[in-house]
Amino acid sequence: MTILLTLTEESIPKLPRHAKLRYDEARKKWIINAPERVFELDEIAGEVMQLVNGVSSVSEIIDILLKKFEGAPRDVIAKDVLTMLQPLAEKGFIVL
Amino acid sequence: MTDIELEKQKSDNKISYHNVKERLQIPYAVLCELTHRCPLSCPYCSNPVELEKKSNEVDTETWKKALTEAVKIGILQAHFSGGEPTSRKDLEELVQHASSIGLYTNLITSGVLINEERLKKLYDAGLDHIQVSFQDTDPENSNRIAGYKGHERKLHTAKLIRKVGLPLTVNAVMHRQNLHNLKSMIDMAVELDAERLEVAQVQYYGWALKNQTAFLPTREQLDTATEIVEEARIRLKGVLAIDYVVPDYYARKPKSCMGGWGRQFLNISPAGKVLPCHAAESLDFLNFDNIKDNSLSWIWEHSESFNRFRGTAWMPEPCQSCDRKEIDWGGCRCQAFALTGDQNATDPTCELSPYRHVLDEPLANVGKEDIPDFIYRKIKVQRSTT
Repeated sequence: MTILLTLTEESIPKLPRHAKLRYDEARKKWIINAPERVFELDEIAGEVMQLVNGVSSVSEIIDILLKKFEGAPRDVIAKDVLTMLQPLAEKGFIVL
Repeated sequence: MTDIELEKQKSDNKISYHNVKERLQIPYAVLCELTHRCPLSCPYCSNPVELEKKSNEVDTETWKKALTEAVKIGILQAHFSGGEPTSRKDLEELVQHASSIGLYTNLITSGVLINEERLKKLYDAGLDHIQVSFQDTDPENSNRIAGYKGHERKLHTAKLIRKVGLPLTVNAVMHRQNLHNLKSMIDMAVELDAERLEVAQVQYYGWALKNQTAFLPTREQLDTATEIVEEARIRLKGVLAIDYVVPDYYARKPKSCMGGWGRQFLNISPAGKVLPCHAAESLDFLNFDNIKDNSLSWIWEHSESFNRFRGTAWMPEPCQSCDRKEIDWGGCRCQAFALTGDQNATDPTCELSPYRHVLDEPLANVGKEDIPDFIYRKIKVQRSTT
């Protein structure tokens, strides 16, 4: 059973089995498929979700993005990542 | 049952509605109705009143070809339904094929014909999700509504689904004769470890329209149900997601049926006919193209039936000058036609419809009339196979 969660940098997020991330060639964007739902991600959310694998912590995801987007301060990226992931968790697209 | 709910990341991602009617949309989902055969005979079945015989069913290779074409036109999800889709021996092969080409696969089943071995095969084939229908939580009433003693078997199947490791949605069609058990339906979904509960309402066309008086709930029943769902949604946040839609007879605005005609969705019938919605065959003046004759891409773009109500140009008043016309897309064509006889009429669920009285009259009598016997779904009309 899924547990209601509040994400922190220590959290290790993953997609639940019923939700599948993929790149959609037709729409040129990352999407999450779930039962009778399609969640279309914007560019940043697509970048973040590709790193969500049930192994990396939020903190590690932030560090990877920090290297990828040089020049952006860590606290800004950290805030962006958590702000993006939290509503996905509340909709059940992310579990721990 | 099969409306795709879209969630977009940002509000500025909302489609610019001014361009929508000019441009062909990329569809999201295909509902594959593999067969009309089913051991149940639910009196609200969404299948057409004229059911296809086994001898008219499309073969495995044609289904595979259609699924491959679905991916090419941008479809993301394939729902395998029926009838009872597990009546088809090639279900695993079709799921395997759909999954291998990147489709999100969902099985919509009554759960009464499937065993653990087959569930494991479906899991291995890449099935992403299963939806099991329940007619009630009270076994006796459940069996009576389904016209089949399958309730215990359904519970057993739901447990096997979780044992095998597949995500589960409990689909409960609720109405006048089982809404009093909504609370226990929610409890049952939690006990079965379902991810999601779909509290569906009977939609009154086809079989259900024949049984309207038997199913239409009272306003009080409906208000109580809404309160129960709202309370449970808060209490079960993160445990069980509950989808709930108020039956449109009690709404003042029509639903955006299928997200708009020919905009997001297509349905393939057991005989291979490609339909803009699963009830579209009730629009008997339309000609439907077949996956045996044409590609899905051609059908999506050129089929007369898809273009007939696509966009807004076909709409009469009061829809044409309504600021909601690109929100509800004129509502449900099948309902409008069935209840008014006019294919272009504003959906009578709309408070602005000149035909609103065709709903208000049965609603005024709800609860005052005795509950009639069900007219059960059954294959009775023999179709020619030409």
